[in-house]
This record gives sequence, C-alpha cells and structure tokens, in this order.
Amino acid sequence: MFYREALNLAMDEIMEEDSSVVILGEDVGFYGGNYRVTEGLYAKYGEKRVIDTPIAENSIVGVAIGMALGGLRPIAEIMTANFAMLAMDQIVNNMAKLRYMSGGKIVLPMVVRMPQGVVKQLASQHSQSLESLFASIPGLRVFTASDCITAYHGLKTAIKLDDPVIFLEHTLLYFEKFDLPKDSYYNPFKARVLKEGKDITIFSYLKMVHDVLKVVDKIEKTLNVSAEVIDVGSLNPLDLETLTNSVKKTKRFVVVEENPKHGGFGAHIVSSVLEECFYNLDAPPLRIAGEDVPIPYNRKLELLAIPTPEKIYSKIVEWGKQNGL
Amino acid sequence: MEQSLAEKFYYFMKLGRVFELRAKEEYMKGNIGGFLHLAIGEEAVHVGATIAFDKGDIFVHYRDHVYALAKGINPKYLMAELFGKKTGISKGKGGSMHFYEPSLNFYGGNAIVGAHIPHSVGMAYARKYKGENTGVLVAFGDGATNAGNFYESLNLASLWKLPILFLCENNYYAIGTRIDKASAITDLYLKAKPYMLSKQIDGMDVFEVYKAVREAKEYIQEESKPYFIEAITYRYEPHSMSDAGNYRSARELEIAKSKDPIEKLKNSGLLSESYIKYIDNLVEKEIEEVVEFAKNSPEPENIELYTDVLCEVCKNVLP
Repeated sequence: MFYREALNLAMDEIMEEDSSVVILGEDVGFYGGNYRVTEGLYAKYGEKRVIDTPIAENSIVGVAIGMALGGLRPIAEIMTANFAMLAMDQIVNNMAKLRYMSGGKIVLPMVVRMPQGVVKQLASQHSQSLESLFASIPGLRVFTASDCITAYHGLKTAIKLDDPVIFLEHTLLYFEKFDLPKDSYYNPFKARVLKEGKDITIFSYLKMVHDVLKVVDKIEKTLNVSAEVIDVGSLNPLDLETLTNSVKKTKRFVVVEENPKHGGFGAHIVSSVLEECFYNLDAPPLRIAGEDVPIPYNRKLELLAIPTPEKIYSKIVEWGKQNGL
Repeated sequence: MEQSLAEKFYYFMKLGRVFELRAKEEYMKGNIGGFLHLAIGEEAVHVGATIAFDKGDIFVHYRDHVYALAKGINPKYLMAELFGKKTGISKGKGGSMHFYEPSLNFYGGNAIVGAHIPHSVGMAYARKYKGENTGVLVAFGDGATNAGNFYESLNLASLWKLPILFLCENNYYAIGTRIDKASAITDLYLKAKPYMLSKQIDGMDVFEVYKAVREAKEYIQEESKPYFIEAITYRYEPHSMSDAGNYRSARELEIAKSKDPIEKLKNSGLLSESYIKYIDNLVEKEIEEVVEFAKNSPEPENIELYTDVLCEVCKNVLP
C-alpha cells in the first residue's frame, strides 16, 4: 500500500476505537489533506473530529495543546515542517514544557504530524529537513517513519502515548508503495536492523533509508564486505543500545542524513556512538549529509545539495578503500 | 447575598495583597528567585473574575498568584513554589509564572505573552465536544492583544462558536511601554468587536468585574459563543521585581492608588469594621504560616531533575 495509506489506516483504526481522538489542520477535512493522508476520514468521522483550520500554524498546535488539556487526543497536521516554524513557540515553549513546569500535573497526549525533506524543485522555503531542531528539545518525542510498517505502527503508538510527539514523515514517501504485512510488529523506541552485516554499519532514517538500500548490494560487491543497515527510527529517544551493539560488531559506521551537515542530527548519532565505541573502531566514522546551503530551485543544484544513491555509493567506497577495506 | 459576596471578595483580595507583599519581601531577602510579577492593584479583576467563573476552566498569564489564590489553591503550595520547594504546586519546577492545578480547573500560568490564549480555545473545543458546559475563561494583558496568537484565537473562537470568555486586563503598560506606543487601538474591546460581543468595564471595582463576568459566563454557556471583556486596571508595582519602573510618574501612581480596589470595597458600606479587622488579622496570620511552611519545606530531591519530562511507562501502548 501507499505510505500515505498506512498513516491513514493508523488514524482510522484509532479513531474508530477512541472517540477522544481528533484531527486538526489546514485542508485536512473536506479537502482530504494536501497529501491525501486524511482522505476519507472527514466523511467517516465528521467535521467535529476532522477539523479544518485556518492557515495559522501557531494556533493549530496551541489549540491542540488545549484540546489535550481538555481530555482529547489531538493529532495536529502541519502541512510541511517548513510551516512548523510558525508554531515553534507552541512546540518548544509549550508542548514540550507544560508537563515539566507543572511538576507532572499536566499531561499532553498529542501528536504533531508533518512531512519534511527535500522534494522536487520547491526551493528553500519548501524543502527542508528540520529534525535536529525538534530532536534537541527535551520534553518532545520525535519519531520518524520510513515505510508503511513504521508509519502505521509508529503513528498508532504516537497517538496512544501520553507524551507530546513530533511525528516526521517525508514528503517524497507519501506516494511510494511498501508492504504492511498483517502480522508486522514495530516498536518505535527500537531502531530497526533492516539488513544484517558484519563489516560496516550504515545508519539512516526517513527517505535516506531507501537511498542506502538501493546501493548497499553494490557497495558490498565493490568493497567485498557485508553491511548492516539500520533505520534509526525514533530520534528522541535514540535507541543507542541497538546502534552501539551493531558498531561493536562491525567496527565501522556511516550516517546518511538529508539535513545540512552543520548541526545535523547525524552529528548527535556520531558523538553518541563514539562515546561508547571509540576503542571498538577500525575506521573513523563517515557522515554523508546535506550541504550547508539553502536548497536551490534548479534540479541539478538541488541534487548536489543532498545525498543521492550515487553519492552514498561513491563516498562509502572511497572511505572504505582509505580505511583498509 | 451582596454582603456575603463582599466578604468573600475582601478575604481573597486581602489574601492576594498580603501574599504578594510578603513574596516581595522574601524576594528582596533572596528567598525567592527568578522573575516575580506582582498583581498589587489588580486584585479586583483577578478575584472578581475568578469567583464569578466558579467551576469553569481558567487560563491566565504569568501574573498568576492572585488568580490561583481565588481559585482556591492552598496558598502554602503557592508560596512553596515561589521558594522553589518540593512542596510547591509544581514541585519547585515552575516558579512564579507556572502555577497549575488541573484538579481545580486551573491551567497556569504561562510565561510567553499570549501563548495560553490558543490553549484556552482548544480547551473550549474539548469541553464543547464532550458536552461539558462549564465555560472557559482566559485572562491576558493589553500587551497580548498586539500579538498574532490573540487574533488567531478570536477568529477560531468565533468561527467555531466556543463558550469562552476573553478577559483582557488593560493596565496600560506592556512591561515599560505605554499602550499608545504599542497599540494603534487603545480601547481594546474594539479589537474584539468584529468577532464577538465585547465591552469595557472598570477593573478597579470588584463588583463590576464580578457582575460583568457573571453575565458573560451565562451568555457563553447559553449561546455557546465567545465574549470579550476589557477591564481597565492598574498595577502599582513595576512589571516585575527586576523592573525599576521609572517609566511612570509619581503623580500617575498616586492617582491610580487613589482608586485602590480594596479601599473601595472597604468603603462600600457592605463590610463591618469588625469583619475587616477580623480578616486583616486572619490573613496576616495565615500568610505568616504560609511563609514558614515554604521556608521549612525541603528542597526537591535530585532525581526530580529527570521526572515529569516524558511519561515513563510506554509498554502498554506498544504494538
């Protein structure tokens, strides 16, 4: 099924069983969602539960906070992470802090869902990966979804949790198809080992997971190694146990991320793993990240700004050769 | 009826004032840290509105002490919070600007100007959705009416027909900037007029505040529509304890103090001399005990640093 359908299914199933779950956001209702994630829910649950809002992001999150205070479990959709910048006061100063500032008296069971990432020629105000902003705020959980399994189970868990969750999707994944087996299981607090290997660990999340998987065979053949591929999944909390266990085994690791390298989330992964595994390593870690530039409109320049399967392949091969593989 | 109300108002206004004067004293001694925003002079709005809005949900700004007291929260826990103690209303993690007691429908206490206004809209939505008709009151200062949150919230409350009372305390100053330097419209009730019924009242008269909020509460509950009240008031103290307050003249302050809400109530003829004396003594004694309680309360344990960040048990929700 489509990734957007897995998200839709997660919300549909939970709304069916729990009338306190409501959705709010721009165009989520009658229109069906700009990426069709909420399609059909308005017809099924009505305008009281699938609530169209004005273009006022700060209030979308602020109102969701109030709804959570009033005993609802709101899912706020922000059309893109770029627009979440208008809601940063509510996300950072309120959603993340009310529980702590009230000594635990206030509990906010709410999710703010949003897609992010570099799309196709939308230019810099519509093409950003902002996960490191959200993941650096104590008091927020930050989940990412890379396929239907993580989208479906991850979102369901996010909605059921009593914590405020930032749920990050990737715009380019909405119309991608992935399997959602009936007996699938996913715990969003655990990183997923997508492919086992013994010589290199490659960490990534969201769309980059697929760009890695596209070239991993070729990397293995060229370097004559076996690579472990891990979808980091939750950025806060980070499942450091799974990450370090893998690195202790393979002794070499790479992080592939779409966000700009400077202050990017990969820096946190590298430093966290190094603190635990410095003496286990046979090579310095490699970061393959976005360039430190706003994303340009021109397609050729846009592709230069972010990791692509070709770049992931060539950078890992070059690094492997330099480090005795 | 009027007399018993007057007695109630007097108790809470006096309690608020003595609480805050003692808090100021303890702040000067270094027992209270951070920011301390006092509402001295504004008690009629805080007390009159809170008592009129009994049982409803109340959201207020960072100048939250007197609202919390009038809502019936034990002053011991509030003072202990100012002292940063374990027994504080927020376990010493929130301080002056963050009093919360959801069990009494009191939701803060917010230190970002206007940020709580959309929260109150969401609460009103939730209440209406669940068929609970208690109403929501949100109080904010004149400064908040120049921010986007304010207009976004008026729009939503009106659009969604929510039972919410917007209570604007116009004390003429946003920190140290006078209203006519910051707002193109200085009669603030006019800002809400296109969205909902709105009026301006004398916020130095506790009966007028009480009556207006009572009527507004009935209206929002019966009609399921929002309502806006601008209460004209004045704070005698600077914006906070770190503000020298030299943007106002002594003359201006003197005029404001001549309209003191507590004195006005005393002179209303509704309270006996003996009652006033009785309450004055009672409150002084009560606050003395409150300060002792705060002083003698323990510091939070170190482990508290890490609690209340996120929920600790997640197993029950995993697939």
